[in-house]
Amino acid sequence: MSQVQWLRSENFQRMLWPLMALVGILLFNFFFTPGFFHIEIKDGRFFGSLVDIANRAAPVMLLAIGMTLVFATGGVDLSVGAVMAISGAIAATVIRPDYVKGVLEYGEVQSLFLVLSIPLFFSLLAGLWNGLLVAVIGIQPIIATLILMVAGRGIAQLITQGQIVVFIHEPFQYIGSGFLFGLPFPIILVLLTFTVTYLLTRRTGLGLFIEAIGANSIASRFMGIRERMITLSVYIFSGFCAGLAGLIVCADIKAADANNAGLFLELDAIAAVIIGGTMWGGRFTVFGSIVGTLIIQSLTTTILTRGVAPEVTLVFKAFVIILVALIQSEKFRQLFSNRMAGEKVRTS
Amino acid sequence: MKLHLNQKNIPLLATIAVFLLIYLAGSVLYSNFFSLRVFVNLFIDNAFVGVIAIGMTFVIISGGIDLSVGSVVALAGVLAAKMMHDFGVHPILAFSICLGLGAMFGMIMGCLIHFFELPPFLVTLVGMFLARGLAFLVSLNAIPIKHPVVNAIIDFGIPLGFRAWLPATAMIFIAVTLVGIYLQHYTRFGRNTYAIGSSEQSAILMGLPVGRTKILVYTFNGFLSALAGVVYSLYTSSGYPLACVGLELDVIAAVVIGGTLLSGGSGYVAGTLIGVLILGLIQTFITFQGTLSSWWTKIVIGVLLFVFILLQRYLSKAGARR
Repeated sequence: MSQVQWLRSENFQRMLWPLMALVGILLFNFFFTPGFFHIEIKDGRFFGSLVDIANRAAPVMLLAIGMTLVFATGGVDLSVGAVMAISGAIAATVIRPDYVKGVLEYGEVQSLFLVLSIPLFFSLLAGLWNGLLVAVIGIQPIIATLILMVAGRGIAQLITQGQIVVFIHEPFQYIGSGFLFGLPFPIILVLLTFTVTYLLTRRTGLGLFIEAIGANSIASRFMGIRERMITLSVYIFSGFCAGLAGLIVCADIKAADANNAGLFLELDAIAAVIIGGTMWGGRFTVFGSIVGTLIIQSLTTTILTRGVAPEVTLVFKAFVIILVALIQSEKFRQLFSNRMAGEKVRTS
Repeated sequence: MKLHLNQKNIPLLATIAVFLLIYLAGSVLYSNFFSLRVFVNLFIDNAFVGVIAIGMTFVIISGGIDLSVGSVVALAGVLAAKMMHDFGVHPILAFSICLGLGAMFGMIMGCLIHFFELPPFLVTLVGMFLARGLAFLVSLNAIPIKHPVVNAIIDFGIPLGFRAWLPATAMIFIAVTLVGIYLQHYTRFGRNTYAIGSSEQSAILMGLPVGRTKILVYTFNGFLSALAGVVYSLYTSSGYPLACVGLELDVIAAVVIGGTLLSGGSGYVAGTLIGVLILGLIQTFITFQGTLSSWWTKIVIGVLLFVFILLQRYLSKAGARR
């Protein structure tokens, strides 16, 4: 493919707006926030605002990776925040089984394998539940995942008995606050998940199948795509990503807070996916969702470093999302291009 | 008289059955559960949920969804409180301004959904962010509402006997429900929402005013969300920007449990009323029980939601097979 063709290709066009937005925010900081691009190496570790942004965005990036695939099948997973809370609550309970009964002793030290595998197993189960409701029973995704969103937080609170379970477990804490190759470990986890997802969806036919289901599930079934199986696995994958994100948050704060862990993060994830250029049911780009998450996080950080009240972030987020959604809207583009061409604008 | 069991009415009948069942169980298990006062309290404690649930019923019947309601409640409440407390605006004027702004907020969302064909859940999600952010901008802390007129409204009520008392907020809830039933069954607007929810394409081909109805539905819901904000601020005598986080889910749950089909085109305002009362009843039940913790409310609501959706699914499949 020649250079010009590549610039005109659909994939590039889709990425253009989000990337420009991210570059815009970074440029703003380059000129107005001193030391924003400064990265220093202490004890072989990278420190700086950019690393910080990526590190803080890591849980939402994981959610967004899972959410992207769900979005591409024409669904949405509202339960990710609740699944995060469940996974964190289970991890903390595995470490301190009797804490909720008031026993402060740790008992025997649990192996890292158990601390990680049990919560992740239940996250997969949560994803399976969502997938069964959507793919097998055929409930609309918004509502199917709403059930776990409502009940899931209740389940997490049930596990921790409404308490904040604090713990010390060195190997597990590494997941949230450790460093590997000089980078915070959550970033490494995101890179790993992203690479695996990218290879699975773009180097095999899976990505096309997912897009086909999102575009028209009945047609893709007639085409011979195992539509139910793929939809099911997409929700399971989203559950897994949410579980992993929950572990990162839980390990980072060294506590399981069933009330607040992952609260509203489903909204951030959905926003990131939409900003990144994934259509609801159809074409998707996992890389775009990562860029979307970075846009949201760098916007938040910028607002904080500018000394603007942090509450304004929500208003900013709202305007950014609606702007990007409008730019992607066929009707809005028509309106705009018709104006440019001097034609009479027709609506509806 | 022959009792005609319509397929469409089964979710509604199931809702009524669940309500009676929980009520009966509570009455048998706990003394004082079966009293006028507990029953009236259902209307008082859930007035703000109920007011929005009525609006949400129209939205869902028309095939849409509105996630912004909880934030709009907080915004309306905190804005009204700010105007009264800091600027000495008369309460009636302050409340009216909030209601107008709420309707406008809903109208803008409706316009975005209709004119640019954006998915409703996306637009209202943005509305949710925006309203919550604006509420924080107005004030970060709770603002008390102290005004002779407001106190008069709060103290106003009709004594019902048996130590029960119907305050203004509950009256608003009942009035909104009656207006909702009237709009739904006796006006063109109500019938149009059913038509759009069943099939938007057919509604357009039939020449119904699809765009106008859709925008009106969201405007109506925005207005009711602001009204719920007013009710909530009367109920708590304050405006709080963090109020009603996650309320939208309770409201949607109440509508679904009330027998409205989530795919649109079928449902009743009266069913929603009972759905709201069931949510309230579960909370009352858990309060009476005493040892169960608050998170059981969420789990029970989740399970009920699941059962009712399964029922709907089964019924719509059975209907399609005919």
